[in-house]
Amino acid sequence: MAIKRVGLQTVKLSNPPSIISGATIVGPKEGEGPLKEYFDLILEDDMWGQESFEKAEAKIQEEAIKLAISKANLSPNDIQYLFSGDLLNQIISSSYTARQLEIPYFGLYGACSTMTESLSLGAMIIDGGFADKVVCATSSHFSSAERQFRFPLEYGSQRPFTSQWTVTGAGATVLSATGNGPYITYITTGKIKDYGIKDANNMGGAMAPAAIDTISQHFKDTGYSPKDYDLIITGDLALVGKRILLDLMKREGYDLSEVYSDCGLKIFDGEKQDTHAGGSGCGCAAVVFNGYIYKEMLKRNLNRVLLVATGALHSPLSILQGESIPAIAHAVTIDNLVE
Amino acid sequence: MDKMTNKDYQKFVEEKIPKPIYLKNAINAFLIGGLICTLGQVIRNILFSYNLDEKTVAIGTSIILIFLGSLLTGLGIYDKIGKHGGAGATVPITGFANSIVSPAMEFKREGFIFGVAARMFIIAGPVLVYGVGSSVIMGILYIILTKR
Amino acid sequence: MEYLKAFLVGGSICVIGQIILDRTKLTPAHILVGFLIIGVILGGIGWYEPLVKFGEAGATVPISGFGYTLSRGSIEGAKAKGIIGAFTGGLEAAAGGIAAAILFGYIMAVVSNPKTKD
Repeated sequence: MAIKRVGLQTVKLSNPPSIISGATIVGPKEGEGPLKEYFDLILEDDMWGQESFEKAEAKIQEEAIKLAISKANLSPNDIQYLFSGDLLNQIISSSYTARQLEIPYFGLYGACSTMTESLSLGAMIIDGGFADKVVCATSSHFSSAERQFRFPLEYGSQRPFTSQWTVTGAGATVLSATGNGPYITYITTGKIKDYGIKDANNMGGAMAPAAIDTISQHFKDTGYSPKDYDLIITGDLALVGKRILLDLMKREGYDLSEVYSDCGLKIFDGEKQDTHAGGSGCGCAAVVFNGYIYKEMLKRNLNRVLLVATGALHSPLSILQGESIPAIAHAVTIDNLVE
Repeated sequence: MDKMTNKDYQKFVEEKIPKPIYLKNAINAFLIGGLICTLGQVIRNILFSYNLDEKTVAIGTSIILIFLGSLLTGLGIYDKIGKHGGAGATVPITGFANSIVSPAMEFKREGFIFGVAARMFIIAGPVLVYGVGSSVIMGILYIILTKR
Repeated sequence: MEYLKAFLVGGSICVIGQIILDRTKLTPAHILVGFLIIGVILGGIGWYEPLVKFGEAGATVPISGFGYTLSRGSIEGAKAKGIIGAFTGGLEAAAGGIAAAILFGYIMAVVSNPKTKD
């Protein structure tokens, strides 16, 4: 009997794991954005002394994880599992990071939804009694993602208005069976939604249905409504996705306008920084969560947050073959108080 | 949401997308494209002043413009011209040079065979394939049509 | 005067490309290939020639001018050497540009590194 299940897609954690530390490292552009004071380390050079953008990304992820572990006064030996993923082919940044850290490792691919995918799995493993301390992490890098998914950096093309800017950065969270919170209390795991959007420059449009489905399912499963939250924040729907989500959620009977935000819109100043629709990438939800949300929760400015990281699970190949973009969203409730 | 068909949703999304600033983009493309062509004309006239024939001048102009496009790409300037000029930077022959140099630079870390040399043509390759292919067909058509 | 003509003709060709980019989902690579093929065809049927006479560099510098060079070379080759000329003429005419792009591209790749956009 799966006694922890609530409704169709949600689990309620009976021993909610506590977030005991969070760390963020971001690139220079993110460090000029509106959330700059929330980040632990802002790089001056996004190569960080490495010889390739891929190596730089792996280093950013590794250092973010080490920082999170040391902030919790632990060492990598104390961590029983590492859940991490990134955007690169065969999630190499995460695997090279795990090689350095020597922590038992589950590599995840959830594209930009990886932060809540890793938090979901990490929290369930702890609640299930399989571990006391785990790390959940993810990273992305503008230049490594750009060369894999789009055009070369020096190619003189214009970015469409719907396009998003991949965040350079990594975020890591240490979860523990014991601690003073904030706690992970509910997990709603998303289903793939695909409404036939084929334009890889419009990921917000492709991912919005997945977020809508997961958020409304979360309300149905738990009986909560938007007013029970201080903040409901999606991963990287950005400008286009936000418009779609707010409108369609209203049609579902939920008015989110008071509590809704999006990590992709929070991290950049779209006007000044010329990021078009907003930020994206695994690192987007990771640094906004481990920087802004976590710190605001510790200050008790936010007490109950629904974090819904969203992922567009296409590949450059599937786009060339004219296939539509499968999208996913995983929701995690983070509470300062447990019932 | 469940009642929405894919078509309905796609139509809904189209309404939510901000529209490009058509006029501003067109003016920028006109100015940048026009300026690059004017520069081409300057080079042409200079070459003509050395008493070269038409064919040599045409080839020389192309080579010089391609050199300039390559240099500006290497210096990290051409992508900024492209950001503002759009098609005004893509369509001239300097844009063709940019499309060759930018992937060549980008993939240096993957080596000089499978990186630089192999990736050099990811954008320009199709241009050569269709250009050379269709021009040969043109030549053959000319023979067929003039034989009768 | 010829500068103005080059500016107007070249600018207009680029504007057509920009309108297609903004109104459709086509990428710059589609535009390059499309304009090139149009140049080859218009060059082949003799309609690009007047534009070159009028706009000079305004018509030869855009990628459609590269197509025009290819097809004119191929047809001239066909006139002079028959079927073999149709095969060799186009590339012969465009060889300078292609060789320059390959050489300069390689040199730039060796001496410079891509920079992150800001």
